[in-house]
Amino acid sequence: MKGVQALLIVVGRFMLQLFAAIGRVTAFAITVIWRGLTPPYYPARLFEQLARIGWFSLPVVGLTAIFTGAALAQQIFTAGTRFNATSTVPAVVVLGMVRELGPVLTGLMVAGRVSSAMAAEIGTMRVTEQLDAMATLRTDYYRYLIAPRLFAALIAMPILVLIANGIGILGGYALAIYKLDFNSVGYLKTTRHYLEADDFRMALVKSAVFGFFIALMGCYHGLKTSGGAAGVGQSTTQAVVSTFILILLSNLLITVIAFG
Amino acid sequence: MSKILLSNVAKRFGDKAVLDGVNLSVDAGESVTIIGQSGSGKSVTIKCIIGLIRPDSGSVRIDGEEVTGMGDRDLNRIRSKVGMLFQGGALFDSLPVWRNVTFALTQGKVIAAKEMRRIAEENLERVGLDRTILDLRPSELSGGMQKRVALARAIAPKPEIIFFDEPTTGLDPIRADVINDLIVSLTEDIGITAITITHDMASARKIAHRVAMLYEGRIIWEGPRERLYDSGNPYVDQFVQGRAEGPIR
Repeated sequence: MKGVQALLIVVGRFMLQLFAAIGRVTAFAITVIWRGLTPPYYPARLFEQLARIGWFSLPVVGLTAIFTGAALAQQIFTAGTRFNATSTVPAVVVLGMVRELGPVLTGLMVAGRVSSAMAAEIGTMRVTEQLDAMATLRTDYYRYLIAPRLFAALIAMPILVLIANGIGILGGYALAIYKLDFNSVGYLKTTRHYLEADDFRMALVKSAVFGFFIALMGCYHGLKTSGGAAGVGQSTTQAVVSTFILILLSNLLITVIAFG
Repeated sequence: MSKILLSNVAKRFGDKAVLDGVNLSVDAGESVTIIGQSGSGKSVTIKCIIGLIRPDSGSVRIDGEEVTGMGDRDLNRIRSKVGMLFQGGALFDSLPVWRNVTFALTQGKVIAAKEMRRIAEENLERVGLDRTILDLRPSELSGGMQKRVALARAIAPKPEIIFFDEPTTGLDPIRADVINDLIVSLTEDIGITAITITHDMASARKIAHRVAMLYEGRIIWEGPRERLYDSGNPYVDQFVQGRAEGPIR
């Protein structure tokens, strides 16, 4: 009986902490969006973040997509030979990339690159009193630092995912044509046949949600940093881990809602 | 009327009462130095005055206006009268020196760059620096230079009140004295009200009209700088003479 009670206490405490954290993050998100939508605006900061999050993520996202697309084609081909179903390669590559791998892998790569950098940068600003200095200089760091990051991630992620999808499909196509001896015209025709606007719409919704979580978690953990260099390290880890979990969880939810 | 008035200001962090009823009054044009051990709540006191930390109880007034519980817009109006030099400088390392110095004037936007560079140069000269560092990033400067750039940033918007959090720490004695002279000239010549936190007794004796000692969350002594070494208070005596033995453990 005592063991059950102890277990319930642990579970109860965990649930309370979880709900408190969800509440804090939600309040933070509302504050950022509200302040970001009211003046003063900082368009230069938004463009700077668009370049950092979008443009500079392109190489790593592109590499991930092309290798994954090619590997996917090879896997489907190898599995397909057993059931005489190698013709499904283009269809599975296009569906797999657009619906799942494009958004999720791009989300995870950008989270690793951007969420951690945001937490480290804002966390360092917190522990070196730069955020306090900004407030005394009458600049709201929610508007100056946080909102541009959030909006830039919301805009950049869907574009990155569109590009990743294209490159991933291209990777599968290249491997299929040059290694697996597919017919180029036939492959492209099947690919086009399976490309559906609905799938792209879902990929865009997913990527916008992922982008939101990437910036939100990076900034949230950065802002609540305390305790010097060790604190910054801890915030960076927490930002990446929580973003990963939120991306995977929201991906599952969106997929189940869309197809369930 | 006091320029700055703190009445019974208290602040706890967890179980620790950092401020436990601080009372302090600073007149316009007066320079008050707060001394006290590390962790005695000196920086928290200043942050309560400027609205960066909200006290648990008590009142903070600037020009008669209650600062605690003020909304963002009113706080910004109050802060337009205030400059602050942070302990570590707190320069924005993503921005070049000239944009740091003029940040209060531009609110971080790139406007009137030529004019802003001129203002930055003017203020850098006041702290003994020149235009060659205008385009450098804070990380490219020595610690002492960073501190002086931060000081230039604090005085650039011509505030009525300045808070200095250990302005001479990390500077060589000569540079420290240049900063002391600057603080004296700000209060004597321009009439700025200043509150300075320092461990540097030479600096306290030079820049302060009045010294207050913070111990265990309260002001336990205040008096004119001439009385600093003759306070009759054993805590102050131990602190200013830097003795390990005494009532402070």
